[in-house]
Amino acid sequence: MYTVELGKQNDVEAVAAVDAARHAMFEARVAADDFIEPKDWMPEAYRKTLIRQISQHAHSEIVGMLPEGNWLTRAPSLRRKAILLAKIQDECGHGLYLYSAAETLGISREEMTEALHAGRAKYSTIFNYPTLTWADMGAIGWLVDGAAILNQVPLQRTSYGPYARAMVRICKEESFHQRQGYECMMQLASGTPAQKRMAQDALNRWWWPALMMFGPPDDNSPNSAQSMRWRIKRDSNDELRQKFIDVTVPQAEALGLTIPDPDLKWNEDRGAYDYGAIDWEEFYAVVRGEGPVAKDRIKARIDAWEGQAWVREAANAYAAKQNQQAAA
Amino acid sequence: MTAILPLWEVFVRAKNGLSHRHVGSVHAADARMAIQAARDVYTRRMEGVSLWVLPSAAITASDPGEADALFAPAADKVYRHPTFYVVPDNVKHI
Repeated sequence: MYTVELGKQNDVEAVAAVDAARHAMFEARVAADDFIEPKDWMPEAYRKTLIRQISQHAHSEIVGMLPEGNWLTRAPSLRRKAILLAKIQDECGHGLYLYSAAETLGISREEMTEALHAGRAKYSTIFNYPTLTWADMGAIGWLVDGAAILNQVPLQRTSYGPYARAMVRICKEESFHQRQGYECMMQLASGTPAQKRMAQDALNRWWWPALMMFGPPDDNSPNSAQSMRWRIKRDSNDELRQKFIDVTVPQAEALGLTIPDPDLKWNEDRGAYDYGAIDWEEFYAVVRGEGPVAKDRIKARIDAWEGQAWVREAANAYAAKQNQQAAA
Repeated sequence: MTAILPLWEVFVRAKNGLSHRHVGSVHAADARMAIQAARDVYTRRMEGVSLWVLPSAAITASDPGEADALFAPAADKVYRHPTFYVVPDNVKHI
């Protein structure tokens, strides 16, 4: 590209020097655990990585409403229905906090929505699995939200201020999600043999996808080092996965349910559980959009967005008319 | 054509006696709908007793690049702080 604005070689060097100085200052601030705020100078790569990470996180919250919405009208009691409704509303709220944080980086809500619908933006692979029975509502709260909490707690100290603040609010609310799920599992696991079988079946189906939520193994996670340095990722995928397994196995034992992993064994030397091989082929297939219900999920989002376009248009038209009358 | 809803900044007063505090933003066609959306998004658990919304475009912010020039002069005016003044130990209540 021609440097139209920069006529002389000296100018190019001067700009490069200023950029290098800013860059060094930025890296030093982040390394000192200082927060970066929206109007501060930041490297383009940092901005882009954050937009990708925050918007994908937001999309996950929004798409995550769909598998649970599937059971809303079939909840077994009014109590369970009210709880599930509140949880789904929280997921929507989480999506909105995060979209609002991403927007401070200079991307619009419409661009993010468009990227999701066009398949350019990803969301968590976990939501491309179907929710086949009511017990899945318990298993999702317990395992999926449990895994999400471990992923998210460190992000409360992430380097980008608006992201960190959104994560503080989200983490406060996630604990309810996990506990209501565990309570739901407790009730099923101590119920009739059929209910207990249903709980075990849900654990069997959600265990491995939940482990995959922490992302690929560390030796196959190309962007991790840079993200760690920028404090937008604070623990490695494998560390968090191990932590999740170690806290969850005793919870399953308390339920009287069996983790579907024959290789799972306490390792006295490590002070941690050894676990079986994860099917990463399945993970990458789901990332590529080959999950069992991936197409349904995106179709549901597009239908909602397009089907409700008239509401947004009507609201805008009404506001324009009110403004006109106020001005007259 | 897709209607783009304007952006509003949301401020919540946690309880009377405290000032409103910025919590995030919402998209809404007008101020009334922005209040509705802010209520749903930011006060689901009794986080507030009062809400403010204002169009994001109405905010003028200081430039972080000029933060030194704006705020540094305060650093060399230590005489604005009470500890700048030495008072003998036997003098009390001051």
